Amino acid sequence: MLRSPDLVGKSQDSLREAFGKSLILLAEDYPSLVVLDADVAGGTGVHHFRKNFPDRFIQCGIAEQNMISVAAGMAETGLIPIVTTFAVFLLRAYEQVRLSVAYSQMNVKLVGSHCGLDVGPDGGSAQCLEDIAAFRAIPNMSVIVPASPIEINQATRFIIEHKGPIYMRSGRSPLEECLDNSYKFEFGKGKYLSRGSDLTIISCGVCTGRSIQVVKDLKELDINVELINMSTIKPIDQKIIIESAKRTSKVVTVEDHSIIGGLGSAVAEVLSEYHPTPLKRIGVKDTFGESGEPDELACKYGIDQVSIKNTIINWLKNETKG
Amino acid sequence: MTKSVKSNVNYIRSLIVSSIYHAGSGHPGGCLSCVDIVDYLYRYHMSYSFLDCDNVSRDRFIMSKGHCVPTIYAVFCDMEYISLSELKTLRKINSRLQGHSHRVAFPQVEVSTGSLAQGFSFAIGESLGLKLQGYSNNVYAMIGDGELQEGQIWEGAMFAAHHNLGNLCTIVDYNKMQSDDLNENIIKLEPLQNKWESFGWNVFNIDGHNPNQIREVFSAAMSKENQKPSVVIAHTIKGKGVSYMESIPSWHGSVKLTEEDCRKALKDLECTDNEIEVLMSA
Repeated sequence: MLRSPDLVGKSQDSLREAFGKSLILLAEDYPSLVVLDADVAGGTGVHHFRKNFPDRFIQCGIAEQNMISVAAGMAETGLIPIVTTFAVFLLRAYEQVRLSVAYSQMNVKLVGSHCGLDVGPDGGSAQCLEDIAAFRAIPNMSVIVPASPIEINQATRFIIEHKGPIYMRSGRSPLEECLDNSYKFEFGKGKYLSRGSDLTIISCGVCTGRSIQVVKDLKELDINVELINMSTIKPIDQKIIIESAKRTSKVVTVEDHSIIGGLGSAVAEVLSEYHPTPLKRIGVKDTFGESGEPDELACKYGIDQVSIKNTIINWLKNETKG
Repeated sequence: MTKSVKSNVNYIRSLIVSSIYHAGSGHPGGCLSCVDIVDYLYRYHMSYSFLDCDNVSRDRFIMSKGHCVPTIYAVFCDMEYISLSELKTLRKINSRLQGHSHRVAFPQVEVSTGSLAQGFSFAIGESLGLKLQGYSNNVYAMIGDGELQEGQIWEGAMFAAHHNLGNLCTIVDYNKMQSDDLNENIIKLEPLQNKWESFGWNVFNIDGHNPNQIREVFSAAMSKENQKPSVVIAHTIKGKGVSYMESIPSWHGSVKLTEEDCRKALKDLECTDNEIEVLMSA
């Protein structure tokens, strides 16, 4: 049953599904690993773990605040708890994350599914557009936003091996694999996916696949883009941001998250302090989402491939005029 | 200083009052009501070593009503794990004696607190973690009565009963008062015993200042055949031992004790003149 090829995250898997499959493979290597769920195992991908490791699957019921502090207590006894629920429900227990986990430096891993407009039909209440901002603000917390099944497979191993509190975003919609098999996730490092001298795009999560397509579109217009997949938002890779900004002098960030507090803000903090550079943040503009299919929502709110491309072209025109 | 022959717990109460006096702020009422139980657990009951505080197979005491952590500091001081001069650094900069416990600054306090009910759930997590890994140790969690108004308490109460955490004993320091007023004037808690029973817990009621009842209840509550978690509802007196504080909600805190307040409290607690001078001195 274990290590069957079906249980490896692959193209067309959602990030939550790839994450759930990765856990099965890792559970054998890490006997201290336990998974906590708040009655949404089918929605977060951990139903695979529940089926294969029922004794290490802790059902907490629909009670997220207790779940987070329980996870911290379990970590105190040497276990490695992975806490899973929808990202918005982790926000419900934000203060428990702050005190029981981060302030206490407990080795608890939070994995939020249902992030961004990618959630789709469940609507604005479930589409978490503030999680990166919220968890990034807490001391001792690291924040990871993988871009594809290949990356989340590797990041899942990392969060288990790493000692300390981490928040990782997964995702709901099926994703085309956008990274090569040779791709290596490195904590705290951005990765160049293309090189160019006209413009830097920094993206994360589901927006990286879209940005790869945008790079191709812009290439046809003779705009050579340097694309960085920034899968660790905290600690942010200052070096690669500054290095690329020096080369291109123009930076665009793209994320399925509010433009307040997320990747765009993290990049802005680095650039404004160390290498002031014109910056365009593409993301959800301080508003909630609504019901609809993920691709329809991305289009309406300006974070699909076409909108990203058009926003960049218009911005470049204005920048050139300036 | 040499300990006098009077009861240990009154001396510990003196340490609490003087540490809060030196701090310039703190919550004396609830610290004084829970002393007898905290002292008993650390001194006589738990399998616990201050110096071996990261041993997984230890009993754990979790002070979930974290504003009462000065009681733990005072017990540690009385047991000579920390000095009197360190006790007087409570709430001061660069001290490990944080106003609410911080397990990173001072691992022996076990848990970080300052937001009610989280310690309770933390204790539940420890109980489950120990049980899953086959350890036979117990976890003791002290919660306040006002703390019972937090929804997280009842999330945890359901969870602990569902997972049959017989290695968990919760103590409610039932002094009937919270920050602003009597519980019953804020949000009433009764019928408290029925609430816990209906959540699937073994329930014990004791006088939380009676040494015999304290001793007996923990051996009864933690019998090895226990499948259910236990709760000890300890009926206590807020501000116990200090005449002008007893049963007056305003001494919940956070209050500033004047020199006069502190001297009067130490007198009430049967300190000698010499002890009073040592406890009052900076």
